[in-house]
Amino acid sequence: MAETTPTSPRVRPGENMRLIEALQYRLPLAAMVSILHRASGMLMFFLLPFIVWMFDNSLSSEISFDAFTSAFVAGIGFVPGFVVKLVALALIWAYLHHAVAGVRHLWMDATHSVTKQQGKSSAVATFAISLVLTVLLGAKLFGLF
Amino acid sequence: MAVNYGSKRVVVGAHYGLRDWLVQRVTAVLMLLFTVALLLQFLLGGPAGYDSWAAIFSRQWMKVLTFVLIVSLAWHAWVGMRDVWMDYVKPVGMRLLAQVFTIVWLVACAGWAVQVLWRL
Repeated sequence: MAETTPTSPRVRPGENMRLIEALQYRLPLAAMVSILHRASGMLMFFLLPFIVWMFDNSLSSEISFDAFTSAFVAGIGFVPGFVVKLVALALIWAYLHHAVAGVRHLWMDATHSVTKQQGKSSAVATFAISLVLTVLLGAKLFGLF
Repeated sequence: MAVNYGSKRVVVGAHYGLRDWLVQRVTAVLMLLFTVALLLQFLLGGPAGYDSWAAIFSRQWMKVLTFVLIVSLAWHAWVGMRDVWMDYVKPVGMRLLAQVFTIVWLVACAGWAVQVLWRL
């Protein structure tokens, strides 16, 4: 890079950039897709027991199915139903973003579309598809239609 | 094939990482196919409720497909999280702990999911 910002925070040669420093840079859209691909993957990883819990209760019996549906209304323990729905919405977004960004990777692999412009246009498409579907499924989840 | 395990394991060079790179993609495609299969059954299964949902997973071929999904997900998530730890956790002891935690976490979730699947 020819230019550095006048307030460059890098004062420790030989060490990685700190997260707080990394956040000061403007991220291109493709980079946004990429870091969210990682973040969404991690979110799903840590919420995996909850996902299996939903699988378990929804499937095991009609009684457990009622426990499953009531979790979104009456909540689980001290966690209100609204919060459970928010967590589910986060999972919906995480899955959609991760899957669409993943397909973008497969697309890049198959078509070698690795120019800067293609990176930007495919990033725009990723956000468009995943966010629209998230809004639609979220509206359904929150009973808006 | 050259010996490439134990003390002879090569962790650098031209082909290192190829298997995991491929595993990520193959498991991803498998999981996408599963998603489509599940979505179709859900949408074409009549009014949503316990009966139609349980019917989907009562089919033997769907149980097999779901098992493939569980194994795929476990491996896919392992490769992903291993990469994350590798990028952010530099001290070897901490990284080992993180990797062991990841494997235990994934094996436990996979085991639970398989148990759910074959209770029906």
